Amino acid sequence: MNVIQPIQHPGKPAAATLGLVDVDIHPRAKSIEEFRPFLSARWWEHLTTWGMRQRHGYTGGQPPFPKAQPMASRRDAWPPGGTPCSDLDFMRFQLLDNYGTDVGILNPLQPSGQGDRNNGFSAAMAHATNEWQLEAWLRKEPRLRGSVVVPYEDSAASAAEIRARAGDPNFAQVLMMSRTAEPAGNPRYWPIYEAAVEAGLPVAFHAFGYSGWAMTNGGWPSFYIEEVSEHATSCQNQVISLVVEGVFERLPGLKVVLIECGFAWMPSVAWRLDGHWKHLRSEVPHLTRAPSEQIRDHIWVSTQPMEEPERGAHVLDICEWIGWDHILFATDYPHWDFDDPREALPGIIPPERRRDIFGGNARKLYGF
Amino acid sequence: MTSPDPALRAIDCDVHPMPVSLRSLSPYMDAFWADQVVERGMTGLDSQSWPIGSPKTIRADWRDAKGRGASSVEELRAQALDPFGVDIAILNPLYGVQLLFNEDMCRAFTRALNDWVRAEWLDRDPRLRASIVLPMHTPEQAVDEIERLAPDRRFVQALALVMGEVPLGRRQWWPVFEACVRHGLALGIHAGSAYRHPQTSVGWTSWYLEEYAANQQAFQSTLASLVTEGALGKFPALKVVLLESGVTWLPAFLWRLQKVWKGVRFEVPWVDRLPAEIVRDQVRLSAQPFDAPADGVGRILDHLRSEEMLLWASDWPHWQFDGNDCIPPGIPARLLPKLLRGNALATYPRLAPTGAARQGDAA
Repeated sequence: MNVIQPIQHPGKPAAATLGLVDVDIHPRAKSIEEFRPFLSARWWEHLTTWGMRQRHGYTGGQPPFPKAQPMASRRDAWPPGGTPCSDLDFMRFQLLDNYGTDVGILNPLQPSGQGDRNNGFSAAMAHATNEWQLEAWLRKEPRLRGSVVVPYEDSAASAAEIRARAGDPNFAQVLMMSRTAEPAGNPRYWPIYEAAVEAGLPVAFHAFGYSGWAMTNGGWPSFYIEEVSEHATSCQNQVISLVVEGVFERLPGLKVVLIECGFAWMPSVAWRLDGHWKHLRSEVPHLTRAPSEQIRDHIWVSTQPMEEPERGAHVLDICEWIGWDHILFATDYPHWDFDDPREALPGIIPPERRRDIFGGNARKLYGF
Repeated sequence: MTSPDPALRAIDCDVHPMPVSLRSLSPYMDAFWADQVVERGMTGLDSQSWPIGSPKTIRADWRDAKGRGASSVEELRAQALDPFGVDIAILNPLYGVQLLFNEDMCRAFTRALNDWVRAEWLDRDPRLRASIVLPMHTPEQAVDEIERLAPDRRFVQALALVMGEVPLGRRQWWPVFEACVRHGLALGIHAGSAYRHPQTSVGWTSWYLEEYAANQQAFQSTLASLVTEGALGKFPALKVVLLESGVTWLPAFLWRLQKVWKGVRFEVPWVDRLPAEIVRDQVRLSAQPFDAPADGVGRILDHLRSEEMLLWASDWPHWQFDGNDCIPPGIPARLLPKLLRGNALATYPRLAPTGAARQGDAA
């Protein structure tokens, strides 16, 4: 964290014998001008005049909970004259080449139009973001895969964007943010999941976004440290909603990936649902399988940020309960809490498990 | 589970008396509010956090002919105190007074609820203790209610819902915590919502199962608030009791909060100890529901790294177990003296033995 270390021994971790797949890299445009070719004159004018309008009060990208460091990024991640992860060559040098990454999945955050209050603008921006990924990154670097950014509050437009990308091997998954305007299992979002299953793409939820609701169910917190830790609670609610609404029973082919959401909380959520489902089954007759089984079968998690137990061995319990084959490696480059592939996984995790987390599990899930 | 061993004489930290209707409280209102109840046709304040018809709210064999329950001391004795061998039980009323938007009405009905508990429950069985339900529109109202009832030492705790209007750690609530410490009252935080916000940070849920599950997130957020605002550090003598919170979420929550704190603690420099240590020192949880299969309980207890945190509760009349299986399966026998009794005595100063010493409490 925030420690700049000289590159000493480029190369992938020794245990990554099935390859190193990084499921969380955040590319950024050098300037918003990069999006101009992919937006109509009408939406370009909208973007430059009105800007993005998130479900919070600030313009200009200023978040209501200021980050703990500029652009939430590593201090050493600024390429000459640019912003973090906006320069392919610099990113190759600092990430892909340095760690011997075999496949890196791009998850563009803002500006991407996701969660914008204006659905038409959100759809135009999402489309532009996908075109920009192809133009600026994917066609230039074969190690990279993109995520289909969707305007998720408009599920029809999202489904259309997914169908337009179906079959393009440049895209590995569909991307949503974790703080949606309604719980993710709500039927309003089902067309997104149906289109993803049809296209054979997992749906990833990356921690972030603004739902418009208070960031806790008991009101607005005060601090950035709370905003960050509350990503876990938001994601818990999303898992609960996806299960209880019956999304996985309806779409047995749906695969969900939770990125940067943490995961040590998942066994407890599954157990709680199992126990109380037994008492409340008459309300939810559409749930025929135990919630814990649905979670085990349909949900994958990424490592960064891994919860850090006070006793290292406890992480083994968590991984066992979640399923060793559902854990994917992520760096979160270029953000401040970046996980170094050579140092991030606790030493207590045995080599064959590290091998699967570094590459084997992602290759199975995404078909790389 | 009635035990001749004094160390195992159970203290039940979470039972729920339920008024049959708002009219039950009318005798404890002044003339103005008793009249409002009649003139405006107000009927009941049952909260959606506990729909009466839900199997969770009242266990089937604890319902009366009309489908209600928990309305009298006699039912409590027959269904919980006697069969579970309870020595002391703490009443935590969940009647929906905290949901009201009119702050004068909220204060009046909350006072009536507390006085109803005193007259119709505490006065009728010496084994009973109670929480002071707090009107939470303003800290001043909450402190006033504590001051009004604290002289009666059968009130052992002040009680708030886990989902209110603003997070409980916020500075505005600190006078409430100061009053709790001054009077030797624990701060109880119970599952349930005042419905100022959806039950999730991503909006309203469709199903009660989702809504009930979401209390687990609310407790995490509330603990994060109490730690990061510095409330627990400011009042090191304050004991916070999480009621019907579930247990298994706590280790993972602490691991995450502590990791983030290590990264950005410069934002909250007043948090000058490890969050997990602060929580282990000052926070207690009722063990019903536990939210784990029996074979996971031992591992979770190991993750907790404390044997002092769990308090036994039946959660009567809520349905958490069948028959008399009121101890979560998987709890090791060696933990029972602390779980059933010792931890509660250490948490609630007002439960300390007085006069004729209770044998077995010395340890």
